[in-house]
Amino acid sequence: MPLLEVENLTVTLATNRGPGDAVRNVAFALDRGETLGLVGESGCGKSITALALMSLLPERARIAGSIRLDGRELTTLGEDQLCGLRGDRMAMIFQEPMTSLNPVQTIGRQVAEPLILHKGMTRAAARERALDLLDRVGLPNPAARLDQFPHQLSGGQRQRVMIAMALACDPDLLIADEPTTALDVTIQGQILDLILDLVEERGMALLLISHDLGVIAETTQRMMVMYGGSVVEAGPTAEVFARMAHPYTRGLFAARPKLGPATETPLATIAGVVPELADLPPGCPFANRCPLMIPPCNDGLPPPLPMGPDHISRCIRARELVASA
Amino acid sequence: MNLFLLKRFATFIATLIGTSLVVFLVLEVLPGDPALVMLGPDANEDAVAALRDKLGLNQPAVTRYLEWIGGLVTGSFGQSYSYGVSTGELIVERLWVTVPLALMAMLMTVVIALPLGIHAASKHNKAGDVVVMGVSQLGIAIPNFWFGILLILFFAVQLGWASAGGFPGWDEGVLDGISALFLPAIALALVQAAILARFTRSAVLDVLREDFVRTARAKGLTRRAALWGHAVRNALIPVVTIMGLQFSNLLAGTVVIENVFQLPGLGRLVFQAIANRDVPVVRDAVVILAAKVVIINFVVDLLYAWIDPRLKAHDV
Repeated sequence: MPLLEVENLTVTLATNRGPGDAVRNVAFALDRGETLGLVGESGCGKSITALALMSLLPERARIAGSIRLDGRELTTLGEDQLCGLRGDRMAMIFQEPMTSLNPVQTIGRQVAEPLILHKGMTRAAARERALDLLDRVGLPNPAARLDQFPHQLSGGQRQRVMIAMALACDPDLLIADEPTTALDVTIQGQILDLILDLVEERGMALLLISHDLGVIAETTQRMMVMYGGSVVEAGPTAEVFARMAHPYTRGLFAARPKLGPATETPLATIAGVVPELADLPPGCPFANRCPLMIPPCNDGLPPPLPMGPDHISRCIRARELVASA
Repeated sequence: MNLFLLKRFATFIATLIGTSLVVFLVLEVLPGDPALVMLGPDANEDAVAALRDKLGLNQPAVTRYLEWIGGLVTGSFGQSYSYGVSTGELIVERLWVTVPLALMAMLMTVVIALPLGIHAASKHNKAGDVVVMGVSQLGIAIPNFWFGILLILFFAVQLGWASAGGFPGWDEGVLDGISALFLPAIALALVQAAILARFTRSAVLDVLREDFVRTARAKGLTRRAALWGHAVRNALIPVVTIMGLQFSNLLAGTVVIENVFQLPGLGRLVFQAIANRDVPVVRDAVVILAAKVVIINFVVDLLYAWIDPRLKAHDV
């Protein structure tokens, strides 16, 4: 039995223009020691998927489908039991290290908090352990940092603190939502390496969310490409990059900036904009921007088409696409 | 820290000089001759002229201003025209009513408003929130003098639990003093508590939307624990600002309630002194009020630094 099993996950959010499905029929499984990437542009449902896993969705959101952690169904679990799991069995690292730490509490207290809460440690013991954790995540001079406040640390250092906090109770599942997006490029690599080292060291499962194909390629074993709330392509990372069996995956790949001397050709973009949640079409969500669109694309969400071992694409023309390349 | 205090002290002095200038000028251009007011409209001209001379009203304005300020600095206050005693003595006596009244009203305000505001925020758009918001709307709408009269009618006249007005003085015992100030303090606190509760609610709601509250929830804290452990202290930063303004307001602006309850407070003293053209009392009282406001602002700044560690690093 895999650690995390998600089936038919649908999340409906209340928007200004009525309810809209931010996540549609998402399904995946993740085991200890595995790394899974979730990639897509802003508003595609990546972060909502992560919040659904943590059961931290906005109050008026509705959730359907199933999320099982170690066989335990989370969608029907009471708030008290969920509080017992969050921070203990599953933990999350957020995008904005500048605002994700409480500005009026010391670093030591914030890192020690989950230990006191879940492990029943005394303040002194939790502080000791917090020191070890800060040392492990490579925070320089950790003993002095314990009594400092977030504003005295740099962005990269704060993200290390966030990681220490997430790892405090040795969770089984770590969700990292754009953990390096807000950081300098030079720091990004260090933080990703640190997360990967820790995942390997502790045998955790990692769900890494990013809009950056490069980050996903370097970090994950398997990946899912998300668009308009649906997973449009999923498979082993190497396979997905080798075949790119969905027009959206190809668009994302073509749109990434490339290193090299500046040229006259502008950056490739995908024409059109992401549809608003309330306006999602019943068919393929990418149809209105897709160069390969044909009338049947609008007849309903395309079923997952097997493209290779463990590799699926929700494009009815996926085979043509791969063959033509 | 010393630099901080020095800066503060400079601001304090500058504010007082500014206030004294404004008060002096306003009293200068106001119509009404103190000598004439004191002697009545039928007094003969020689007597008025003699009194004007005695009061020093014939000297140039600059001389009178400098004399006044010199007196304040050396601690020798002027004489009240209508009471015939030192203004310092008068004001201190009245402060013994106004300051305890303002403190009691502020204490009630905080004790009522903070829990209600925080509760309303935690029940955002639910029944508890709607009730608190409705009641506070009512509290803001009710004029405090009218509410004071209602309190007198109910608690003093009908039930006889409290005195209807007047102040026995602290010599009669602390309890008697407190009981005389109780109803006026409630009348003052009602509006302030309503304002502060609404403000606290929106401050807490703002903080609840912050990323670090989500982080706290991701650590496994319950909604309640995240609220009290992480949101409230952050929300207090703007709330303390409002509390400072409210306290300043209570110290200076209790004249209506002092009149309703017949309390010998500073507001009433100033009110009567203005009516009587008792210039020395008006100007000294206003300068002292200004000093109090500056001191309160200073205390608020110290509170900021205590609540928010980011401020310690900067200004201090």
